[in-house]
Amino acid sequence: MIKDFKRPILHLICLAPSLWLFHQMWLWYNFAPHSLTANPIEYITDFTGDWTVRFLLISLSVTPLAKIFKFKILKYRRAIGLYAFYYASLHFLNYMVLDYFFDWTLILEDIFKRPALTFGMIGFTLLIPLAITSTKSIIKKMGKNWIKLHRLVYVLTIFAIVHNYMMVKADVLIPIIHASILTVLLGYRVFSYKSKKSKRSNKQLSGDRKHEAIVS
Amino acid sequence: MLIKIKKPWELSENDVTSVGNYKTRRDFIKAAGIVTAAGMMAPYGALARTLTAAANPYDGRDIKEELTDKRAILGYNNYYEFGMDKSDPSDNAHSLITVPWSITVDGHCEKPGTYGVEDLIDFNALEERIYRMRCVEAWSMVIPWVGVSLSEIIKKLEPTSKAKYVYFETLEDEAQMPALLRGVIKWPYKEGLRMDEAMHPLTLMAVGIYGETLANQNGAPLRLVVPWKYGFKGVKSIVKISFWEDEPNTSWMRLAPHEYGFYANVNPEVSHPRWSQAKERRIGDFSRRPTLKFNGYGEEVASLYAGMDLRKNY
Repeated sequence: MIKDFKRPILHLICLAPSLWLFHQMWLWYNFAPHSLTANPIEYITDFTGDWTVRFLLISLSVTPLAKIFKFKILKYRRAIGLYAFYYASLHFLNYMVLDYFFDWTLILEDIFKRPALTFGMIGFTLLIPLAITSTKSIIKKMGKNWIKLHRLVYVLTIFAIVHNYMMVKADVLIPIIHASILTVLLGYRVFSYKSKKSKRSNKQLSGDRKHEAIVS
Repeated sequence: MLIKIKKPWELSENDVTSVGNYKTRRDFIKAAGIVTAAGMMAPYGALARTLTAAANPYDGRDIKEELTDKRAILGYNNYYEFGMDKSDPSDNAHSLITVPWSITVDGHCEKPGTYGVEDLIDFNALEERIYRMRCVEAWSMVIPWVGVSLSEIIKKLEPTSKAKYVYFETLEDEAQMPALLRGVIKWPYKEGLRMDEAMHPLTLMAVGIYGETLANQNGAPLRLVVPWKYGFKGVKSIVKISFWEDEPNTSWMRLAPHEYGFYANVNPEVSHPRWSQAKERRIGDFSRRPTLKFNGYGEEVASLYAGMDLRKNY
């Protein structure tokens, strides 16, 4: 019996965009009408890139939503984060294989000479250790360091959105929307960190007063 | 009957693998008949005659390239006035009204004024030109345009010696162009050419594609085609032609001056700051192909830029 029936549904939802994409690619491969426009590879680039950012933002929203609305969703955070890595990998593979077909001269030139691509690559590279350290045993082993390491997700999401912003030809609306959402999520973190800290120092302060009272 | 000698840039139809959608001349004459019946009268009817005359086996160069599928030419467009996605123009451009159409001509010329399409375009002298079209976004097409050399139009307008540049403007009308409200670009769309570029026989004022009048999303009723430059130089749905002494500040230069220059010549050696221009994907192809300098028209146009640093004058 499945303990948590919501989990398979979550996986299905997270996989859905890619399953749709694979279906469209299959149609394209078979010269059937498809939804990938006349330039399918460019479409796949945009599609997988957009979903990467969306999953990064969703994974960052889990904690605030859980705390504010008391949703019991914290246990799904890791899975959602891994889906961000999944779409990022599709994005990267599409670029390496379909788009440039291992044309290393062009790929290396892109990565080292063009900041937009550099940012994207940094973001993806930072995502790799987070994905690798997502097994239960590693989380246990790493303890507090795991939390520290996984704070990288804020940094790499910034890289991903800047990469998107820089790659867009003229219309920056979507990356701006993504950046605003990220700002709100980061703001929440800073706010809750500060209020936690001030609570703690308040406690300490009142403790000190008590101590003083006893001494005097 | 006209016997036309093919110029070297006119890829012969014999060199082009035929595409199922391409209308035969007979179909085209029929289509032209329908257009006439719809009230557009003589000019468009004359299109068929010209196409009949366009048959000519001679081609100066040995290029074998496939025409891009008509559906892609009609459905994959950059025409931001109708939306930012490639499919937006074909979805939205039906709202563009192209009859009647007037073009304002001003600046340094002897014949300023307001003209109709048929005043500027001699529909008895239309030519079919099969050109490569290289977008700055690193994709490309091969398009069978129908039109006249821009030089024919310019000669009619008699520019004075002060006219060093030709400036063009696209229609700006919120009622017809839903995406203007987004203000991604400062409208109207502006483009320009140096006079010698404008007078070059390759430079085309197109009124048709695939033997039919232009679809709205392709820039009806008349648009510029400069095959050795990036596609964005091909200003669509033109309502203004101006003769200037100074170099015009074009829309893309205004938006990102370090990325888009006035010349915008196709050049695999000069990269866009954000992506390489060394290769391109021909729409319909899987892998990229090397981009040709001046989009393969270097023999005809390289001399226009003799002594110029193409890295600086991008």
